[in-house]
Amino acid sequence: MTTETQANPLETEELISGSEAIARACSLADVDVITAYPIRPYDTVMQFVSRLIADGELKCEYIVAESEHSQFEIVKHASAVGARVFTGSSGVGWFYAFEALAVTCGLRLPMVAMVGNRALDDPGAFGTEHNDALAVRDLGWMLNWAATAQDCIDTALMAWRVAEDPRVYLPVAISTDGAFLTHSQQIVKVPDKSLVDKFLPPYDRGKFQLHPDNPITIAPQVNEDWLMEIRRQTDAAMRRARDVITETHEDFKRIFGRGGDPFLEEYMTDDADVVLVGMGTLTLPLKVTVRRLREKGQKVGFIRVKWFRPFPAPELIESLSRFKAVGVIDRDYSLGSPFHGGVLLNEVKAAMYSAENRVPIIGFVAGLGGREVTVPATREMFEITQKAAESGTIDNQIHWIGVRE
Amino acid sequence: MTSTQELTPLRGVKNSPLEEFFTSGHRTCQGCESALVMKLMVKAAGPRTIVLGSTGCMYVANTTYYSTPWVVPWMHTQLGSSGSAALGTAAALKAMMAKGKMTDEPINVIAFCGDGGGADMGLSAISGALTHNDYNLLILMYDNESYANTDIQVSGSSPWGANSTFSPPGSLHRIMNKRWKKNMAGMMAVGHPQARYIATGCASYATDMMNKVRKALSIGGPTFMHTIDPCPKGWDYDPMYSHELGMLMVQTGIWVQYEVIDGEVILNGPSKMIAKGQKRLPVDDFLKRQGRFAHFEPEDIKYFQDQIDEMWERWWIPGVIPPSPEK
Repeated sequence: MTTETQANPLETEELISGSEAIARACSLADVDVITAYPIRPYDTVMQFVSRLIADGELKCEYIVAESEHSQFEIVKHASAVGARVFTGSSGVGWFYAFEALAVTCGLRLPMVAMVGNRALDDPGAFGTEHNDALAVRDLGWMLNWAATAQDCIDTALMAWRVAEDPRVYLPVAISTDGAFLTHSQQIVKVPDKSLVDKFLPPYDRGKFQLHPDNPITIAPQVNEDWLMEIRRQTDAAMRRARDVITETHEDFKRIFGRGGDPFLEEYMTDDADVVLVGMGTLTLPLKVTVRRLREKGQKVGFIRVKWFRPFPAPELIESLSRFKAVGVIDRDYSLGSPFHGGVLLNEVKAAMYSAENRVPIIGFVAGLGGREVTVPATREMFEITQKAAESGTIDNQIHWIGVRE
Repeated sequence: MTSTQELTPLRGVKNSPLEEFFTSGHRTCQGCESALVMKLMVKAAGPRTIVLGSTGCMYVANTTYYSTPWVVPWMHTQLGSSGSAALGTAAALKAMMAKGKMTDEPINVIAFCGDGGGADMGLSAISGALTHNDYNLLILMYDNESYANTDIQVSGSSPWGANSTFSPPGSLHRIMNKRWKKNMAGMMAVGHPQARYIATGCASYATDMMNKVRKALSIGGPTFMHTIDPCPKGWDYDPMYSHELGMLMVQTGIWVQYEVIDGEVILNGPSKMIAKGQKRLPVDDFLKRQGRFAHFEPEDIKYFQDQIDEMWERWWIPGVIPPSPEK
């Protein structure tokens, strides 16, 4: 596999899945405490983690908890003592931990979690859907969607650095589409630890460390006297996270020679009339379709949103304003929301309200429950968006793609 | 397993350390026995201790922003998370010390929860923690027999028939709480055979309670304690009688003082004497002192007495393991 950059002698190319890539990142980052609990599809990462530990390639305290709630509470408390932590979940498991997810942000505790995106039961479904991770979007979690196994290892390494930056001190969730990324192998450049050490400083909890040498009281009752000020501080941390993410990506690019722009990945958008916007692994069929339509002379492109929180509103406004029409693909749903579409659509529309050029934006709901977003499906979405670009009007705000009527 | 602090037994209250690590700055009720449990617990543990407190009276009443009674580092944890908080804290210390990221020394980890946080919501996490033998930790459940912080609602650890805001006696149903109190310490002891120390305690027997904390922290691995804490607000009595009610609860045989060390059950103090044949006081001596049982009719008192009699006469080990098949 040839790339634009010179092959780094401190990296090896391996055929591994997204889950294995993140497990390898745990070794490289010298994570101190990891908690596991089984639920498909995220749990594959813990299967790799436990094997790395068994073989002595990862040294950490590894606790198989009795529920997701405990899983997240355990690492939350480990983080308060100053330990670097990793955990994860999927679907309803993530929801079982919801209380812990909320307080982790309130406590300003860094944590990196992998969400193997999964539909919310019932009825039972193992396949990917983004509603699980998206449910915490208002609480202070930084949310990233990976598209490839390379993204998984790279983003994980960046995630600890961003989360543990004293300007931020907030948790990061890396979303990986169930099956498409958790279980699918790709060629991944795995860096040497010496390279990672140049990039990732140790976690220093500083004056907030819970230790007998630093006898502080953490999280007393604050009530109406102080909670609003504390929320405002968390808000400020999330605002600062934007700069920290940018810095981190730049440094990552400098050391590892890859990574692209921090918030958006644009594909063949330079002279495009129409683009589709989406997150996660549907990037692959989208890129195929863009290339095929380009071969036919159609000016189309694709934009992948990498960080959903903090939401890249300035980048999207700047980018999307130049197109004639935009289609937003949601692998999720937001029932009863303003347009009865998906979460990403609502966010993009909210961001674009302040744009001078109000580009027509159409919403697509696709690939729910792990249904494959096929090349023909993406072509259909382009056709609908192109029609809106030609007419300048939108007949139907929301289209469910590939659903049997 | 990392090493533990060597905490030798204290010989009487007067010989216990003068230093307090739970001091002024809390807002607990007058006569609050749970606050006394906190004070004795951390006095016994000493300064090289981290305390995690789950939601409940001992969170809300103790720690209000800008004041704290805790001299040792303290952190809140969620209602059902005492087990996880202890586990996460102990795991972090162990990992960081092993990797040289922190000075290697034995640090006590204690997580406390109320009966709601322990016997109800946190049961699963406590049980989980008690199976992780690699970590030194103590989970202490202070039991005031109701969700006392939220307005006195019945919990899985409330006594049968007790008046609470979720189980008020009415004109049709005199007894609204028809559940018998959970046997927490017994359940923990029987269910977690490798946990080396499980004990019950009562602040009325302060030296005994402190020494149990010290044993739990010294022996290593995950340990559990269950204290019974008279609560003037929830039990409805004059705050001056807290100490006396704690003693009555033991003397009537309703509460059994014991410890399970490496699987061996040892009854302590008055409970030991009762087991040896000393007469128990009638349960009504305890019940009639509290407003929460004021609606009891003679038949209710008899039912209560019968259950306690059965525990002492028919249980395999009174207070610990239910009826022996032979008896």
